[in-house]
Amino acid sequence: MIDFFFGLPVPVQALLKGIAVIGVIFPIAAACSMAERKVCAWIQSRSGPNRALPPIFAWIPGAGILQRLGVWQLMADGGKFVFKEEPLPDHVNKLYYTLAPVVAMVPAFTTVTVVPFGAYLGPGGRVIPLALANVDIGILAVFAVASLGVYSLILAGWASNSKYPFLGGVRASAQLISYELSMVLAVLPVFLWVNEPGTAGTLSLARVVEFQSRPGFWGGAWFLLTMPVSALVFAVALFAETNRQPFDMPESEADLVGGFHTEYGAFKWSLFFVAEYANMIVGSAVFALLFLGGWNLFPGISLARLLGGLHHLTGWALWLHPLVAGLASIAILLGKVLATIFVFMWIRWTVPRFRYDQVMRLGWQKLLPLSIANLIAYTIGIALLQR
Amino acid sequence: MAVIQVQRRALTLVERTYFPQLMGAMFTTLKHLLGPADTMEYPEQRPAIPAGYRGVPTLVKDPNGREKCVSCQLCEFVCPPKAIRITPGSVPEGAGIDQVEKAPQAFDIDMLRCIYCGLCEEVCPEEAIFLQNQYSMSGYSRSEMVNHKDRLYELGGTFPDRHFKWDVKKAAEARGGGHD
Repeated sequence: MIDFFFGLPVPVQALLKGIAVIGVIFPIAAACSMAERKVCAWIQSRSGPNRALPPIFAWIPGAGILQRLGVWQLMADGGKFVFKEEPLPDHVNKLYYTLAPVVAMVPAFTTVTVVPFGAYLGPGGRVIPLALANVDIGILAVFAVASLGVYSLILAGWASNSKYPFLGGVRASAQLISYELSMVLAVLPVFLWVNEPGTAGTLSLARVVEFQSRPGFWGGAWFLLTMPVSALVFAVALFAETNRQPFDMPESEADLVGGFHTEYGAFKWSLFFVAEYANMIVGSAVFALLFLGGWNLFPGISLARLLGGLHHLTGWALWLHPLVAGLASIAILLGKVLATIFVFMWIRWTVPRFRYDQVMRLGWQKLLPLSIANLIAYTIGIALLQR
Repeated sequence: MAVIQVQRRALTLVERTYFPQLMGAMFTTLKHLLGPADTMEYPEQRPAIPAGYRGVPTLVKDPNGREKCVSCQLCEFVCPPKAIRITPGSVPEGAGIDQVEKAPQAFDIDMLRCIYCGLCEEVCPEEAIFLQNQYSMSGYSRSEMVNHKDRLYELGGTFPDRHFKWDVKKAAEARGGGHD
């Protein structure tokens, strides 16, 4: 099976891997929308959607639990979006109006290619990251492509030819520009630290995880512990970049009806939301890779050491199999991503939305100076540390 | 009363970072997230109906199984939205309740008109009509939403009676006198 896979032409391999990854991301993004509704309901002391259960599936054991978790509701919603009439308002710019949801999806799924989602131990104990494209520009590619996502909001807001979507689009562009700066400045110290003198310079995310797998606290611990300010600024900027509450200016229902998607319905609308959740997943993955130690389960213990220890304890050679390491790393990273997404939702249903001027003030007057000061402090610190 | 000027305390640096409040709020929401739901899963779980609840109006029988309504039509006249229609009729022969003069031949309450005000219950001299606990009524047509007499008795059931007014009257007639 594995030999057959590696015997295929490289483009076919890449295509299959891409389909496999999107086949995982898309259902997670959809499931997140249901998780959002359930978390919202629980936080508001409600039960949330728990009724839908098609009679033809009722015999499946466990279907009742899925019913309580709203899984069938999710499928019903998805089916509804597919078969619903697609409204195309008269007053919109038809081409750009139709294009906007597609433009939303493309960057959301393109960033997935450069995010490593696991690793396995190759020959000689070398850590080989699992990624669709383990490119050296890693984080730069993520930032470059992810910031294209705002074009979809601007396009949607402008093409809708209506006041509220327009305001939403304007807000989205202003917000993204404001927070992009702090976000990148917050990440810079991480890469300053990772690119030690004497090593080949890289912006690869896998390299950051490798760095966090090393023993020792200074230059081995998770960056959340050694760079809390960077992690904080990055997390806040991530909320703003993914348009999550308390920063969901572009679609704030209270003052903009629906914001940029006011004029959208049916499947186009749902594409926006899958894109938003895909952005959230990628953002959480980047956060986990940069600050939460990637695929290392505990701070200070790398995955290789953990598996080695398990092998030592139980004596099973299975633990050292590359496939086990790969699956474990994917599971650990996915767990961290889902936990981060849960925090996203938790905060969304806890904190009220900021006012627009508050968002701007926070971005420009608080986060940007903070991230610059943080960058300067860590530059000096890292220079002294790696002297 | 004198106006008391209160100086607003300046926020401390920690408070201005917004984080203590955020943490407190997240702790509160976490408690709700882990706690039980305050809502009720409606069709399976029903709320407890408080005493004196004004639900769907119904007709009741006395413990002897006699229909209490004597079709005096007071409820029909008092009903503000004119939801009640009564066709008076005579008591069937040999029913053993010949001391009662009349009984309704038809008694319709249009639940699309009823406003659940309870005036019919208030005005009834026979304590024959009660607004009981049922709060949910639905139907597929307008005619389905009209409660006819048999349906009203089915909903109403039997109520305890403190007076047995007409039995007292019958006993008094048998004694050959008026009321005690």
